[in-house]
Amino acid sequence: MCGIVGLFLKDQTLAPDLGGLLAGMLSTLCDRGPDSAGFAVYGAETPGCIKLTLRAPAGFDFAGLIGRLNGVAASPVQHAVHDTHAVVTLPAAREAVVRAELEGVPGINVVGAGRRMALFKEVGRPDRVATRFGLANMGGTHGIGHTRMATESAVTTDGAHPFTTGSDQCLVHNGSLSNHNAVRRALIRRGLAFRTENDSEVAAGYLTWRLREGASLEAAMQASLAALDGFYTFVIGTESGFGVLRDPIACKPAVMAETERWVAFGTEYRALVDLPGVDAARVWEPEPATVYQWERH
Amino acid sequence: MPTVDLARTPLRELNAALHRLAPDTNETHWQVLNPRGAHAVAAGIDAPITVEIEGHVGYYCAGMNKHATVLVHGSAGPGVAENMMSGRVHVRGDVSQGAGATGCGGLLVVDGNASARCGISMKGIDIVVKGSVGHLSAFMAQAGTLVVLGDAGEALGDSIYEAHLYVRGSVKSLGADCIEKPLAEHHRAELRRLLTVAGLDGALDIGTFRRYGSARRLYHFHVDNAGSY
Repeated sequence: MCGIVGLFLKDQTLAPDLGGLLAGMLSTLCDRGPDSAGFAVYGAETPGCIKLTLRAPAGFDFAGLIGRLNGVAASPVQHAVHDTHAVVTLPAAREAVVRAELEGVPGINVVGAGRRMALFKEVGRPDRVATRFGLANMGGTHGIGHTRMATESAVTTDGAHPFTTGSDQCLVHNGSLSNHNAVRRALIRRGLAFRTENDSEVAAGYLTWRLREGASLEAAMQASLAALDGFYTFVIGTESGFGVLRDPIACKPAVMAETERWVAFGTEYRALVDLPGVDAARVWEPEPATVYQWERH
Repeated sequence: MPTVDLARTPLRELNAALHRLAPDTNETHWQVLNPRGAHAVAAGIDAPITVEIEGHVGYYCAGMNKHATVLVHGSAGPGVAENMMSGRVHVRGDVSQGAGATGCGGLLVVDGNASARCGISMKGIDIVVKGSVGHLSAFMAQAGTLVVLGDAGEALGDSIYEAHLYVRGSVKSLGADCIEKPLAEHHRAELRRLLTVAGLDGALDIGTFRRYGSARRLYHFHVDNAGSY
C-alpha cells in the first residue's frame, strides 16, 4: 500500500494555497498508509540564506536553542516552530558552524536542508500529522507527501517519507526495492551518508549522487531505471523541479492530472478530487519506465 | 430515474440499493453523481438495469457485473469490470490496470486507453479498447476476445490459452506461446460482430486487424519448454 501525492504549481497565484491543497490530498490517502506521514514544501527563498529543518523530541525548548544559534550565526536566525520540528533560516555562509553547534545539542536532528525546502515527518495518522505541523498554512511552489504502511522497515519517524539525501532534494516512494543494500554500499563508497536501513532512502541517495555528478533531474531519473531493482513509484522534488517515475512493470498505482495552473500526482484519483478545476483537467496514468518531469523557470 | 449523489449518500447505500433490485424491477435507469474516484461503485449488480456514472471512478467499478449496463462518463481505476459475468460496461475515458480481469462474460468497451494487464486471465469476456493497451495484456487469457484498435504493449498474450486477440496497431512484443495467426472468415465475422456491438459498425476495415492466439506449446509441461514457463 502506501499513498503518495505531489503538487507542482504552474500558476503562482495558487502558491498561498499549496499547503492546504497538499493537506487535503494527504488526508484522503490516510487509509493507504495510517502508520506515519511526511511532506516537503518548497517555499520562498531568502537570498543568501539556507533553511534547516530541525526535529526534536516533544516538548523541546526551541526558544532556548534559537538564542544559542543567534550567537553562533552572528545574526538573528529566523525560525518557525511546527510541533516537533522547527525551520531555521540562516546565512548560507554560517551553515557549517550552525550545523557543528547543532551536533552538540542532544535530541536535535537536522532532517532537511536547502534554499527552499522544509521537510516534516512523524509517526501517526497522516491527517493528524498534517494538522500538527500546520501544513494547511504553508505556501510554496511545489510539494510532495507520503502516507506510509510500513513493509520493509520499522514504524519510526526516521523510516517515514520523504527521504532527503541532498540540499533541496527529496523523494517519496510507494513500493519496495530489492537491491537497496548493494546500491547503498556502492553509494557509501562514493561518499553519501544514510540515516536508515530503509530502501527508499537509497533511491533518494542514488538521485542525489547522479545530480551531484552533474546529471539533470531527467537524466538522473532515467539512470535510476537501470540501477534500481524492485517495485516503485517515485515522486521527486528538487529546488525547482518535480519528477515522477514508475518501475517498468508498473506494480504500484499512479494517476496524474494537469491543468494550465498545476500538475498533480496521486496514488489514486481520489487524492486529486479537491484540486481547483480538476473536472476539466487532463487525467492520465503515467507510463511504466517513463520519466515525467517539470521544471520551474 | 433514481439519482444517487455520492457527495451526500454513502457508497454502501448505493451499492446495497442496487443489490436489492429484483430482475423485474421498474427502476431500470440509475444515475450516480460525484463518484470522485470512489472504489467499487456499482459493483456486484445482478439485474438488467442501466447505471450511468457521471465522473471518474476508482478501483473495481462494476466488478462482478451480471446483466447490468454500466456507463462511466469518465475514467476508471484498476480492475474495472473485474470478473464480469454478463452485461455491458462502457468507459468513456481511460481505464487503469487489470481491466476486465478474469471476466467470464459480457462486454467491456473502453473509449480511451487501457493500461497494463488488460484482460488478464479473461475467461469469456469480450473487451473492445478503442485506444491502446499496456504490457502483459491478455496474460493467461483463457477464453473470450480482446479487440484493440490502437497498439499493444510488451508481452501481449503471455501464456495464453484459447482467447482471441485482435490488434489493429503495433504490438511491442508477444508473450510466451503467443503467435500471430491467420484472420479466417469466421474470425472476421467475430470481429465484425464485436465492433458492431461496440458501436463501430462499418467504421473500420476488418482487414487492418491482425489476429494473435496460442501456439499451444505450453498447455502441458514438457521439459523442453522449461525456459518458457
